[in-house]
Formats: sequence, structure tokens, C-alpha cells
Amino acid sequence: MATSKLFFAGSGGQGIILMGQMVTYAAMFEDKATTYYPSYGPEMRGGTANCTVIVSDKDVSSPLIYEADCVIAMNLPSLIKFESLVKPGGTLLINSSIVDQKATRTDITVLYVPTAEIAKEIGNPRGANMVMLGAAIRATNVVAQETIERVMREKAFTGKKAATIPLNITAFEAFK
Amino acid sequence: MANGNDKVLLKGNEAFAEAAIRGGLRFYFGYPITPQSEIPEFMSRELPKRGGVFLQAESELGAINMAYGAGAAGGAVFISSSSPGIALMQEGMSFLCSAEVPLVALNVSRGGPGIGGIQPGQADYFQVTRGGGNGDYKIPVFAPASIQEAIDLIYESAELAAYWRNPIMIFVDGIIGQMMEPVTLPEQRPFTETSKIRDAKPWAITGYGDDDTKKNVVKSLRMQPDDLERHVEYLFEKYRRAEKELCRVETQDIEDADIVLVAFGTVARIAREAIEILATRGIKAGLVRPISLWPFPYDVFDKIGSRTKAVISAELSMGQMIEDVRIGVGKRLPVRLINRTGGMIPTSLDLADSAEKIYKEVN
Repeated sequence: MATSKLFFAGSGGQGIILMGQMVTYAAMFEDKATTYYPSYGPEMRGGTANCTVIVSDKDVSSPLIYEADCVIAMNLPSLIKFESLVKPGGTLLINSSIVDQKATRTDITVLYVPTAEIAKEIGNPRGANMVMLGAAIRATNVVAQETIERVMREKAFTGKKAATIPLNITAFEAFK
Repeated sequence: MANGNDKVLLKGNEAFAEAAIRGGLRFYFGYPITPQSEIPEFMSRELPKRGGVFLQAESELGAINMAYGAGAAGGAVFISSSSPGIALMQEGMSFLCSAEVPLVALNVSRGGPGIGGIQPGQADYFQVTRGGGNGDYKIPVFAPASIQEAIDLIYESAELAAYWRNPIMIFVDGIIGQMMEPVTLPEQRPFTETSKIRDAKPWAITGYGDDDTKKNVVKSLRMQPDDLERHVEYLFEKYRRAEKELCRVETQDIEDADIVLVAFGTVARIAREAIEILATRGIKAGLVRPISLWPFPYDVFDKIGSRTKAVISAELSMGQMIEDVRIGVGKRLPVRLINRTGGMIPTSLDLADSAEKIYKEVN
């Protein structure tokens, strides 16, 4: 891996920011260079949210991207708007639980992840974003799963949330 | 949050505030404005806990004048705002320069003119380098391109402001304020205790104390023209020295490039990636990244070699830094502009395409 560029998009409350920050923390734990840049604007709960995460062996130059190795589309507007951002040969992950359209590109790998159904099946209905994060990490190998587990323990699910870690690891591993 | 040399992942705005506290800047006065509102939020939570003072002003006018007062009394002060808020502070900046009051000020800039928008911009270049206040004065301006560089410059500026007895401005675009990167934080420099200010800053207004013969005056009013002229000439002796000592620039391959890009802040990082794209198209591009915008590194352009066909200023404005680039380049080479404004940002691909077009025109 030289440089990997990931783009997470969805609506506010879907865990877009959390997913992006977890990858960024994991990259830092692996001593890689990394930059996380969220969209910011006159947005509100339920509005659109997206963030760019770059992980690299060398210093990150531009924090902004014109193409992504991997786009995670958590809702339909994100698929419509950001399908074109995936670079040829890259990966597009679609949250097929709520997105009922198919991708139109044929030069990329498309994975349909029924995040809500999987999360419900494993008894962690709130873990849809972790199902998607696991799918994205395995598709890109941008960081190791063990590092994500360390992020869960040390950053993402601390204090009272620590009890949810086993469930979240199950969710993370659920999409095959 | 870890201390010392451990890496921590911080959002730009929080990192700037933490760097200011660790730099020993004990007083913060401010008023919220996007994209830097995390700074007053962070300061309101952290500064009182750590022995400092956070005070939310009624406006940016209030904030800069609180900074003037606390600074004149010897306090180490940090203020922050964004473009239109910095505009409101300009009168105060002129007063602080004349009265030689130290201050570290941060502009996390957005698009203008007017109230503009909240997305990133660099159209405050004139505002920060030329100043919107009245009279003859200068403010050293540093423009970091990463969160780590911003931390280091804010930390250092706490000492520079006290040494030069002048405001120092840190100028970043909203991207650097909003993004997150792993950083290393410097050690906490202790706050100067109030009782020690008289020793640390013998010019400060600290009251007569035990010595009723020593009266300090910190002011900008000078009614006698010969007195005022002498004072301004004294200030400019200082500024001429600062021009030599505070000028900072980073360059990449400018001795042997087809074209040379000039960019600061986030745009310099976009330019670095654009240079890699241009290399795949057979065009060798160099980069001048001014770190200090005043003093501007005019002399660096003398190092551009004979192979170069054009110098390109890349900015998030309608072309402001380009005026300094033209001064630096002189008539030797064509100087061209690549720009977006209003909060729009070119990608590295956009920048590479525009630079390639210019190269073909001039070659």
C-alpha cells in the first residue's frame, strides 16, 4: 500500500464520522500517515454527512481527493452523488438495506451490504455501521482488524460503551 | 490526552487551542464564529481548569480590546476568529502594534467578501499581510500547511510575540481547522505568575508596587508629530530586523523546473500532489511554499533556474499573493494565476490540468 483514499458518505446519525475516525485512529496506531477531513457546512441532523480518510506510508499531501480507492455509500443520495468518485478498479460498498438501486459502473468492484439485516441477525441492531466498516476494511486492507479492535477498546467504545465491544466485533466480522 | 512525545489524533482547531495553552498563553478572549468555534469551546472548558482565563467577549471588537488591556498589563494572550471577525479586530491590531503589546492571533479563514460563507478561503491574504488597521505597522504572519506545523508555529509565536512586542498572526484556511491528523504536542510552558510579570515584562502596566518612582505607560496616542514620526521610525527599525529574522519558506525542485508553483497552506499540499500528476505528463514542476507571508520570501525567486517558463500563484482568492509573487519574480518570467474562491477548492487534478495548460501556452 502506498496511499489509500476512502470516502464515507451517508446521512447524519448513520455513523459516518465514527467510521472515518476509527480508520484514522487505526492508521495512527499502525504508525501510518493519515488525514481525516469531514464535510462541514450548514448541515443538520438527518442531513448529508461525508468524510475523507487518507492512509499512507508517506506524508499525506492533499487532504482533498478527486478519486477514491473505496467509497462507502450509506444511503441513496450518496450513491447517486459519489459513485463517480470511485477510481477505475476501486471498490464501492452500498448499504443495500436502504438503497434499492444498483450501481451503474462496470469498471469497479461493487459490494452490496445489507447492514441492517445482518446487524439484526447477529443481535446488534445498532451495529449496522460496524457491519459496513468491517466490509470496507476487508475490501481495502487499509488497516488490520486487530487495530480496529484496539480503536474500539481505546477510543470508540470506552466507559459504559465498553460492554458493546464484543457485539461490535461480531458486527465488524459479520459480512463475508 | 497524552503528554510529551506520544502521538495524538486531534482536530485542527482543538490542536491550535492546546498549542496556545502549552505555549504559555494564559488568557483567551473570543467570540464564536465558524469554522473555528471549537477553539472558544475548547478554551472555555480547558483554560480555567489549567490556571488560565477564558472570557467570551460580546463581540470581536470586545475581544481584541480585552487582548489589548490584558497584554498591556503583561498577560500572555491568545485570540482567534475567522475572516469577518478578524476584520472587526483590525483597529485593535493597529493599536497593539503602536503600543507594542504582544499577542498571538489566529485566523481560520473562510470565503468572503462580507459575511461571505463558512467554507475555506485564503482571500484574507491582503487583510493579514497589509492590515486593515490605520497607520504604518506590520504584523508577522505564518501560514502553516498541516496541523503539526500550526502547533509548532503557535507554540513558537508565544515567545516571538513577547520578544518582538508585537502581534503575531497565524493564518490557516478552514480545512486545516476542521481536519484531523496525528500530531505530537510540545511540553507545557509554565504560565507566568502575576507576581513575576514585573520581572518578565518590565514595560508592562503592573502598578507601582514597592517602587513608586517607576511609572510605565503603554499607549498609541502621540499628539506631537515629531514624536510620532520618531516612534514610527523606531517601529520600522524593528520591522526591518523582523524581515530578516522571521522570513521562512520551503522549496521543492525550483532550480530545475519547467514551471514553478507558489502556494501556501492547504493549497501547497494540493500542489504537491499536482506536481506528481504533472510528472506523469512529462512536466517538471517546482514548488515555493511561503511559510511567512509577511515577511514574504521575495529573494527565493532568484533561485529559480533558466529552464523555468512561468511562475504560477495558486490561491483560494481572486489573486492576492500573486502581487507579492510578481514583486519577487520581477520581469524575468511570466507570472500566472490558478485560483478558486468563495469556499471552492481545486483538487490536485484541477490544479495539474490548469498548470499544464499554462505551461503549453508559455512554452
